Parts: sequence; C-alpha cells; structure tokens
Amino acid sequence: MNNLNMAKIQLNGDSYEIIKGTNLNELLGKLKIQKNKVAIEVNGEIVEKNKYPNLILNDRDKVEIVQFIGGG
Amino acid sequence: MEDIFTIANKNFNSRLIVGTGKYKSFEETANAVKASGADIVTVAVRRVNILDKNQPVLMDYLDPKFITYLPNTAGCFTSEDALRTLRLAREMGGWRLVKLEVLGDKKTLYPNMIETIKSTKILVKEGFEVMVYCTDDPILSKKIEDAGACAIMPLAAPIGSGLGIQNKINIKLIKEQSSVPVIVDAGVGTASDATIAMELGCDAVLINTAIAEAQNPILMAESMKHAVIAGRKAFKAKRMKKRRYGSASSPDENLI
Repeated sequence: MNNLNMAKIQLNGDSYEIIKGTNLNELLGKLKIQKNKVAIEVNGEIVEKNKYPNLILNDRDKVEIVQFIGGG
Repeated sequence: MEDIFTIANKNFNSRLIVGTGKYKSFEETANAVKASGADIVTVAVRRVNILDKNQPVLMDYLDPKFITYLPNTAGCFTSEDALRTLRLAREMGGWRLVKLEVLGDKKTLYPNMIETIKSTKILVKEGFEVMVYCTDDPILSKKIEDAGACAIMPLAAPIGSGLGIQNKINIKLIKEQSSVPVIVDAGVGTASDATIAMELGCDAVLINTAIAEAQNPILMAESMKHAVIAGRKAFKAKRMKKRRYGSASSPDENLI
C-alpha cells in the first residue's frame, strides 16, 4: 500500500491517516468506539448516526468525535 | 406525602441535582451519585481520547437509562460554542433537556447574560428544553424565563467557590416572580447552604464541587440529600415568626 491509497484527516485536532474510501462507521470500528456513546461532526456539521455508513471521509476533512464526561 | 419535582413535564423524586466533575474516579462518581439520591446528573461534552482506547467512559458507570443525563455547556464562553455543544449532545442520545451556561469571565466564571439570553432563544426555537444558569439578578432572570427557559438556575456564589448563598433576598425575589422551577446552581459549600436554598423556596439545588471536594465525598453526598429534604420540608411547614425577645416554651402558670 502506498500513500496514494491513504487520506490524511484531522481527527480531534490531530493528524490521522486513513485508507481512502473509509466511511464513518469504519473509522469508529478502527478506533474501537461504540457509536451509541458518541456524536460526530465532520467539517463543522453534525452527522446523524444513520448517515455514518454513507459518509466517506476525504483528504483534509476535519472530524470531531465527542462523548459525555464528568462535569458540573 | 408526595412532593414531586417537575421540569419540562418530567417528574423527579429528588430535588438534588448533582454534577459529575472533579471526582477521583468514575467509581467514586457513581458511588457519590448513588448516595445523593439524585435523579439527574450534569455531564459535559468533550473530545474522545483517540490514543487511549481503553479509557473507561462515564456511561459505563452511570447508565443514562436509569439516571437522567443533563448535558451542560461548561467551559463555553460564546453562544456559538454553547449551541454547538448542545446540538452534539442531542445527537449523542436524543437529549432535549439541557443546561445552558455561557461564561463571561475566566476568573469569576460569571455568566455572560447577553450571550446566555441569545442562546436560550435559539435553543428553544430548535426544540430544546433549556435550563439556564444565570446571575442572581431578578430582571435578567425574568428575561430568561421570557426567552422560554424551562428552569432558571441562579448562582448562589461563583462556580466551585463553596461560599454559600451570597444574596438570599435576590434568590427569594427570583423564586417569587418565576413560574418555572428555580434551582440554585453553583456556590453551595456545605449542607446548610443547600438547606437555606430550599428554605427560601427554591425548587431544587445543583451541587458538584461541594460533594466532589469534600474529604469524604460519599458521606457529603448523603448529607446533601438530607439537607435538601430538610430545607424543602421546613419551607413547606412554614416556619415560625421571628421575635426580638424571649418567649418561654413552658407555661408560666402553677409554678412551684
């Protein structure tokens, strides 16, 4: 596999490499994150959970994955 | 006698809402929440730690099926950030009941009321049920109610200060004029502060730091539970009138 098959996204503020054509479901699988415990924004837009399989990530996409943590 | 607490048409038994920040571990958080008897917990929205995949998550310790998660916007200093946070929270699990706080100053953590009122209006329009953290100003809290808030949450003192209720008169004024629940949020330091809030007629109290930073958080959580119940009962019982001089409790007749 060479670099032509890879795409570089910004994931939670850091640079992250994925295989081209990766969708959001596959990204979560790779990260071992359960989708019912998070919410995702791609390029500033919230993505509904049922759209994860159809959302293919592109080079330079900005992805934010958030969860609930302790807070007052 | 039942004394149900209702926010946005949802009924709750406990009038104590607890925050889940600042604990040493999720286990301690869960134990403190249990000891407090709270039905509602506030939670924050933050980035997932991508590098450490085995980190425990709050939901594994506090199941949102059994306890109401109240997503907050702690740490947001602009309307945009607060709105973004709550929209993400809603996407996470369909939460419509949320707590809005838009801070105005890093040192005092005082709310920016202009941004807060603006954000409330937008969130209400988007279908959120918004509980709003605010200053203890009766005029501004009325504006928040007019903007469509489902609960008004005036501060007793700055967040995390533990200074107790600094302006009882204002809290009482706010309670008297409001037709939605008034919840004292921020500034409670110990059990008596929570009792005073409830004696003033407030509908509930939100506490985080006073429990989490106590030397024994679990015991303090239990103490707060009783303090809120005691204050609520005292309020409903309607206290005696104050006198300036002594009034003997034993009869004066038939003294030996």
